[in-house]
Amino acid sequence: MMSTPSAVSPEKIQPLDFEKPLIALQKQIEALATAQNNSEGISNQLQTLQQQAESLRQEVYGNLLPAQRLQIARHPQRPNTLEVIQALSPDCWIELHGDRAGADDRAIVGGIIEFEGQPMMVVGTQKGRGMKENLVHNFGMANPEGYRKALRLFEHANKFNMPILTLIDTPGAYPGIEGEQHAIGHAIALNIREMARMNVPIFSVVMGEASSGGALGIGVANHIYMLEHAQYTVISPEGCASILWRSASFATQAAEALKITAQDLTTFGICDAIIPEPQGGSHYDTASAFEAIAKQLKIGLATFKDYSAEALKNQRYEKYRSIGAFTEK
Amino acid sequence: MSLKDWFAQRKENTQAEKQLDAEGMNRVADEQYAKLWHQCFSCNTNLPKKDLEDNLDVCPVCGYHNRIGAYQRIAQLTDTFVEWDAGMTATDPLLFTDTEPYVKRIADAQRKSKLNDAVITGLGAINEQPIALAVMDFAYMGGSMGSVVGEKITRAIEQAIALNVPVCVVTASGGARMQEGMFSLMQMVKTSAALARLHDAGLLYLTLLTEPTFGGVTASYGTLGDIIIAEEGARIGFAGRRVIEQTIHQKLPADFQTAGYLQKYGQVDRVLKRSEIKTEMGLLLRLHNTSSGKLAHSQAYQQLGLTVPDTVLQAEIALHKQPALAHNH
Ligand SMILES: [Zn+2]
Repeated sequence: MMSTPSAVSPEKIQPLDFEKPLIALQKQIEALATAQNNSEGISNQLQTLQQQAESLRQEVYGNLLPAQRLQIARHPQRPNTLEVIQALSPDCWIELHGDRAGADDRAIVGGIIEFEGQPMMVVGTQKGRGMKENLVHNFGMANPEGYRKALRLFEHANKFNMPILTLIDTPGAYPGIEGEQHAIGHAIALNIREMARMNVPIFSVVMGEASSGGALGIGVANHIYMLEHAQYTVISPEGCASILWRSASFATQAAEALKITAQDLTTFGICDAIIPEPQGGSHYDTASAFEAIAKQLKIGLATFKDYSAEALKNQRYEKYRSIGAFTEK
Repeated sequence: MSLKDWFAQRKENTQAEKQLDAEGMNRVADEQYAKLWHQCFSCNTNLPKKDLEDNLDVCPVCGYHNRIGAYQRIAQLTDTFVEWDAGMTATDPLLFTDTEPYVKRIADAQRKSKLNDAVITGLGAINEQPIALAVMDFAYMGGSMGSVVGEKITRAIEQAIALNVPVCVVTASGGARMQEGMFSLMQMVKTSAALARLHDAGLLYLTLLTEPTFGGVTASYGTLGDIIIAEEGARIGFAGRRVIEQTIHQKLPADFQTAGYLQKYGQVDRVLKRSEIKTEMGLLLRLHNTSSGKLAHSQAYQQLGLTVPDTVLQAEIALHKQPALAHNH
C-alpha cells in the first residue's frame, strides 16, 4: 500500500547554504584522514580541524535564525507524513479514501493505525518525495475536498472512540479557482468548529511548515507538539513580506518578526511541547526523529487517558480561550 | 426613495442653489462643495451627500453599495443597542515592526477611524427581539482580525448563550492581523469553538458578509452561519484574487468572488440589498424564535431597557416554582 520510507544516507544529504562551510571542513578532514599518513604533523592538523569543525557546528546549529530553521523545515529530504505513519505503526496502516462527495484529495492522507496497541485515526497533509509524488499530493496543499475527507475521518474516530493524531506539513491550502468555487473557507471553518466538539483526544504534530488556515483546518487539538525546527505561522514569511514590506525579498525579516518557531510558540502557550530533532534536522537521522515523535505521542496519550469526553472538550476550549493579547480600559 | 423621486428632489435642490447664487448670498465655497457632494465610485454621478446618507449610503442612481462603518451598520439594523467591551484595545505581543512599528499602526488606526479596534459588539434589538451583534469595521486596519476582534466576538457569543439569544456577525475584513502573528490565527479557533457551544445550545447564528470578507474571517466565523446573507456588491473569498492569479497563471472571471458568484456556487443563502436586510433579519429572528420556542432571558430585555414580555416572565416564574429543578441540593 505504501512506499517504504527512504532512509537518506548521510553522504546523500543535500546541504543548505548555511551548512556549506561545515561540509567543506568535513571534506577536508575526510581527505586528511584517508591520506594514510601517520606523521605527527598531519595528526595535529587533523585534531585542529576536528576542533574547528566541532566549534563551527556549535556555532551554526546553536544559533539558527528563524529563516534558517524554515529552510530545515522545508528540506526536501525531511521525513513526511506517510513516513511518520509507517514508523509509528509499521504493521498496521489502513488508508481511508475520499470525501463521499466526488473526490479523494491526496494532499491530505488519512487512515487507521495501531500505535502501541492503541487504534488511532491519523490525518495529515502529505508532501511527496520528488516531483512525481509531489504532483500526486499537490505539494501538501489541500483543496476543500481534502478538508471534507478529514472531517469524515474525524467523525469516524469520534464514533469509535479513537484518539486522533494530525500531522501538519503544508505551505497552506491551495489557492485555486475551484477551491473558491467549492468553498475552501467554509470547509476549513467547519473543521475548526467540529474539531472543537470531538469527544476524543486530539494531538497535532507540526512536522515542517504549517501555514495559515490550511494548517488550522486539521489543527485544533488538546495538545499541539512541534518538531524542534518546525514553524507555524499565520501567513508564509514570503507572503507577509510581499504585503507589509511590499517585496518578498524581505522574507527573512518577516520570518523573524512573525515569531513562528517552536521555541516562540511554546513561550506563547500555543505549542505544548517541542519534539527534539537530531543535530541539523530530522533528515540527518530519521530513526531517532521518529523515536522522539513516538515518545511524545505516548506522553500525550497518557496525559488524557482518564479524561471524560466533557473534560476533553473543556480542556480544548480553555486552551484556545486563553490565547490573545489585549488590554481593557 | 425611487429614482424618479430622487431626480425630482435633486432638481429642486439645484434650483434652490441657483436662486442663492442669483441673490449673491452664501455662495458655496469649493471645499464646502466637496464636503456636501459625493461622486459615485461606480457611476460617477455627483450626489449631495445628504441624499446618499438618506439612502443608507447606497447610490440612488446605480445601486452601488458604499462601505459603511460599524456604528452606522448597527444604527441601520437595530432599534436599540447596548455596547459591550468598548474599552478593549490591542497590545503588541510580538513587538512587531515591519516598515513601521505595530504600536504606531495601532495609534494611527485609532486616530483615523475613531475606533478602539476592528469590531463593535453588544446587545441589540430588531423589532423588540434581542440579538447579540458583532459588527466589523473595515476602517480600522482593514478590519483585520487580531486578539481584540477574537476576544470580543467570543465574549459576545458566550454572552448570547448566557442570555439565550441569537447571534449575528457582520463581517468586513481582509483577514488575519499579520502583526499579531499566531495570536491572530488562533482567534479563528477561539471564535469557532464558542460557535460550537452556540450550535449545541440550539441558538440561531446569522452571518452577514459585507464588502470585503476574506482569509481567516471567511475560514472561521464568517461562513459558519446557520443562514448566510451576503450584501449586494460584496466580494467574499478565502484567497485573494491576485494570489490565485499568480498561482494558476490565468485571468479570473470579472464576477469571481462576488456575492452573486458565491450564491451560484451554493455558498450563501441570500444576496440582499442593504435596504432589505433589517426587515429580513427581523423576519428570520421571528420565524426561528417561534419554532424553536427559545426565549431570551429577562436580563436581555432589561439590558436593552425594553419591557420584558409576559411570555418570558411567565416562563421564568414557572421555572422558579420548581425548586427541585432549580436548586437541587
Ligand atoms: Zn452610482
